[in-house]
Amino acid sequence: MPTTQLSRRHVLQGGAIIVGFSLSRSLPTVAASGTAPSKAVALDEVDSYLALERDGSAIVYSGKVDLGTGVQTALTQMAADELDLPLSRVRVIQGDTALTPDQGPTYGSLSIQNGGTQIRAAAATARRKLVQLASERLGTPADALVTRDGRVTPAAGGEGIAYADLLKDGHFSLKLDKDAPSKNPDAFSFVGKSVARLDIPAKIYASSTYMQDVKLPGMLHGRVIRPPAIEARLTAVDEASVAGMPGLVKVVREGDFLGVVATSEWTAIKAAEKLSATWSKAETLPEQSRLWEHVRATPVVKEDVTSNVGDADAAMSKAARTLKATYDFAIHTHGSIGPSCAVAEPEGDALTVWTASQMTHALRTQLSAMFSLPPDKVRCIYVEGSGCYGRNGHEDAAADAAILARAVGKPVRVQWSRADEHGWDPKGPPTLIDLSAGLDDNGAVTAWSSQFHIPVGAAGSVPLVAATLAGLPHETALAPGNIVHNSAIPYGFPNVKTVCRRLATTPLRPSWIRTPGRMQNTFANEAFFDECAAAAGVDPLDYRLRSLADARGTEVLRRVAALAKWESRPSPKGDAKDQGDVQTGRGLSYVKYELYRTYVAAVAEVEVERRTGMIRAKRVFVVQDCGQIINPDGVRNQIEGNVIQTVSRVLKEEVMFDRSRVTSTDWASYPILTFPEVPEIVMELIDRPRDKPWGAGEPSAAVIPAAISNAVFDAIGLRLRSVPFTPEKVKTALQRT
Amino acid sequence: MGQSHSMTINGRSLDVRLDDPDTPLLYVLRNEVGLRGPRFGCGLGQCGACTVHVDGQIVRSCVTPLSSLKPESKIVTLEGLGTPEAPHPVQAAFVEEQAAQCGYCINGMIMTSAAFLNDKPKPSEAEIRQALAGNLCRCGTHARIVRAVQRAATSL
Ligand code: FES
Ligand code: FES
Repeated sequence: MPTTQLSRRHVLQGGAIIVGFSLSRSLPTVAASGTAPSKAVALDEVDSYLALERDGSAIVYSGKVDLGTGVQTALTQMAADELDLPLSRVRVIQGDTALTPDQGPTYGSLSIQNGGTQIRAAAATARRKLVQLASERLGTPADALVTRDGRVTPAAGGEGIAYADLLKDGHFSLKLDKDAPSKNPDAFSFVGKSVARLDIPAKIYASSTYMQDVKLPGMLHGRVIRPPAIEARLTAVDEASVAGMPGLVKVVREGDFLGVVATSEWTAIKAAEKLSATWSKAETLPEQSRLWEHVRATPVVKEDVTSNVGDADAAMSKAARTLKATYDFAIHTHGSIGPSCAVAEPEGDALTVWTASQMTHALRTQLSAMFSLPPDKVRCIYVEGSGCYGRNGHEDAAADAAILARAVGKPVRVQWSRADEHGWDPKGPPTLIDLSAGLDDNGAVTAWSSQFHIPVGAAGSVPLVAATLAGLPHETALAPGNIVHNSAIPYGFPNVKTVCRRLATTPLRPSWIRTPGRMQNTFANEAFFDECAAAAGVDPLDYRLRSLADARGTEVLRRVAALAKWESRPSPKGDAKDQGDVQTGRGLSYVKYELYRTYVAAVAEVEVERRTGMIRAKRVFVVQDCGQIINPDGVRNQIEGNVIQTVSRVLKEEVMFDRSRVTSTDWASYPILTFPEVPEIVMELIDRPRDKPWGAGEPSAAVIPAAISNAVFDAIGLRLRSVPFTPEKVKTALQRT
Repeated sequence: MGQSHSMTINGRSLDVRLDDPDTPLLYVLRNEVGLRGPRFGCGLGQCGACTVHVDGQIVRSCVTPLSSLKPESKIVTLEGLGTPEAPHPVQAAFVEEQAAQCGYCINGMIMTSAAFLNDKPKPSEAEIRQALAGNLCRCGTHARIVRAVQRAATSL
């Protein structure tokens, strides 16, 4: 089985770091004491996920990490229930490549659905083993034993044996059995309850450790100096421009990678500003004002047909009436409030990196390729950072820190500036979608056809900026996320063809941002479907229900309608010629996430101010069915976040660029939603304790853009098809009518 | 080497040595004093993550050069506001309302709300939203934060 050797130095040093940083819960006692030279990490071993400490408490090793979403608490609940331990006796270690199994990156709303399910199975396998061991020791049949509070005891009564006494060294040495009987949901003590988040008090009392807080003995501070134009070459560096700055340690140049290292953070910042460098000119980006023409003209590498039912073309030509529309969705940045940060420590030919990466295992692979090191010489340790909502700059900061640390042979911390983050984090790619529908005489959709113009590639590893600039080995493939999802539709029309035209390039380095593809695609599908409903003169709820043969989907739609006191009538309510200045409207939207899991329906209520073109999202109603709910308040917190963040993206956000670079490099040029603009959120969760837990991280974000577009249409009779829905766009559209 | 500067932080007097007297307060607090409450978010005065109190007023420490502060100025950070044992009402309310996702912005939210409630103990919801209008949160925790400030207001 693959194991990772922990050098004694690292273990001890880890111990030292821990003490200094209250990370004392981040390394297991067994490793810190030096008694276990290696730790199982294979996906099929119970020991990879679980260890029992001498006091009978359990350590859960999770490859999935808590990105501020409450996953750590939810995993603790799942493991504690399965092991019959109190919450206080379960702790979770996350995303350490030396200690945790590679459960895949923390994305795609899969932490509970996949990661949690694996941990639950490991715990169930472990519990069965503990019962079996107790049965042998007590001479009592296994089915006459129960587990309770860290002990196996006879069901008939008696002391029983503590887990710790059953398993002397804390190891199970057991294959994970994914069919090991999991606990009856009726017996859960924690799952399904709104257990308070374990990480929140420390965040409120300033005792938590964010990535940005990590310090190592002898650590230096680095900053990077990015090219003034994407693809500009570094032609000269004038080191004399910073000579003699007190505290400056080194100017590091490798190819087009440029950085400074100093003894203090402020000196590093000043030196990075002061350092004079000459770069070549580069104008490789398209004109922003012609972005959509550029996207349409980009060479297509392949076509992914994501659904094909009947004959959409033939049915379209026979339809009584056809509709056509084009939707687009701007480039977005992740916009983490804390810019990316990492610390790297070189030691001989080994490298340890502390990072807030959502994918420490994949990052290890990237860093080992970048520096031509064997993977087991690179260790990546997760420390929670500012929320990232996808692949932001965390991994790039890690690569920056690694280059600088290797150049000076000392631990280096790299903190990105705001401009580094806004300018150089990978972006949610621009999305252009053409749709057409054929309606029969009764207004029913008989044909549906759509083309999504989106970059080629899936999830994976986004090329590291530092590796690219320095000319070190790196990936070249685009990794925009699995953006074809939800291009196909949940409705049962007789003729459907949905095609993703995968583009060879996209203007800025792409990656995934919360609900990648599913958001853009659902926006187009659900808003265009609303256009069909309006053309048919049918109430949007009724129109959806007529085409939906899915009981769970129908239920979220009916319940959100009840919650929002949906009034049955076609849209629009008024029309654009109505002279009232502030008009209100409501819009409905629905998604079945990736067409196989979490169901969400939403109603948005908006106000549109005709004079200014300003849209205000006043209230958003959400009903979600994600199967078994582990922590209802955690799910609510996540849904609130999804709604607010997506309202922000839809009403305000657009990355601006010139021919050379991103120009929206601060919060003034890339504004996000502020407190006075935040809608009221009303929601209902449907819990299905006997079903699988499905993802809750992203699905509710998918429905928001169309709900708002549909509500604006309801209010003023204008169809907004281009995100963001800025006041200028609304005013221009109003003037045209 | 650098010059020595006297400061009063969370009720404690101390001296720091700095190469550059214009070093922003944020870096002094985080790197010289070792505090973690104030956070770096933008360094531009745009987000509020770095908020501290100076003589009871909210200050964005990322754009406040140390040289602009008087040695006797009383600086209070999140650490000095309260503890789990003796929480400030705003902190207690944030825990009660579970008002954090990643929590990176929360320092600014708590420090700003605490100063605001000092001036205006019984605010309306609209006033709370206005008071926090310059504090950015990307996780979308706003609704909970407003509820927490409302809760704190009733307990003050
Ligand atoms: S870090 Fe000071 S306002 Fe953003
Ligand atoms: S809680 Fe993450 S930025 Fe506000």
